[in-house]
Amino acid sequence: MNEVQATHTKQDVTSNTSQDTRALLPRVDVLEDDAGITLLADLPGVPKDHLELNIEGDALVIEGVMAPFTPERLEPVYAEVRLPRYRRSFTLSRELDASRIEANLKDGVLTLRIPKQAHAQPRRISVQVG
Amino acid sequence: MYESMRGFPSSLFGELDRLQRELDDMFGFSGRPASIRAVAPGTYPAINIGNTPTSVEIYAFAPGIDASKVEITLDRGVLTLSGERQNDLPDTNDKVSVYSRERLGGSFRRAVNVPDDVDPEHVNATYRDGVLRISLARHESAQPKRITVQ
Repeated sequence: MNEVQATHTKQDVTSNTSQDTRALLPRVDVLEDDAGITLLADLPGVPKDHLELNIEGDALVIEGVMAPFTPERLEPVYAEVRLPRYRRSFTLSRELDASRIEANLKDGVLTLRIPKQAHAQPRRISVQVG
Repeated sequence: MYESMRGFPSSLFGELDRLQRELDDMFGFSGRPASIRAVAPGTYPAINIGNTPTSVEIYAFAPGIDASKVEITLDRGVLTLSGERQNDLPDTNDKVSVYSRERLGGSFRRAVNVPDDVDPEHVNATYRDGVLRISLARHESAQPKRITVQ
């Protein structure tokens, strides 16, 4: 019901086949409270101008590209991070208000706050007796 | 998750184990002797190391840390980087459901071998967009010099 369904696998590197470019799957924390959903994603190396947040229908796509920060003539010796791009998508359920998303990117951590539609917030329904 | 399930007496997890090892082979981790300081894939922070003719560059992918509290020491050819990632989640209480907790935090320590020609006096570290970049300059005298014939 109130869920952000994640389309992902458990491995870090996957062929995210939405486009032809492979990307890393960023690690994500998702929490929900009464007013909406908070999503925190680790995107180290991505500056604000290289981050794209797209809503396509009911899918939220987070895509970030690392800004080049290596000097000329750098010869890699050992790499645990082998791709310069992150991508992850989520389907949003209908009571989330995608038009009021707030996003904040600091030190490689993306914080998204997706509030619920105003009418979707929990309301106590009182039972009439008699 | 799969680490703990490896001993499970079922052929399904044996298959997953084999798949994991095949992927490791594809990415070149197994077969050759690994560094004695090697860590499991997925350790926070991930590290990339590169060489330039004049320096050794180490990149640690560590989002969400306080760079002033990271300790970087260089001792006898080993560069150690340690620090702590504070938990930055909003307060959880009864009304909050947690659907996903994948990000790693807590204290971390990584050690990396650096070659002998590195000059410990000229080490530079910067933190930007979640990447800690450590640049170790090589000794001037160790750099290849062109010798011209008179």
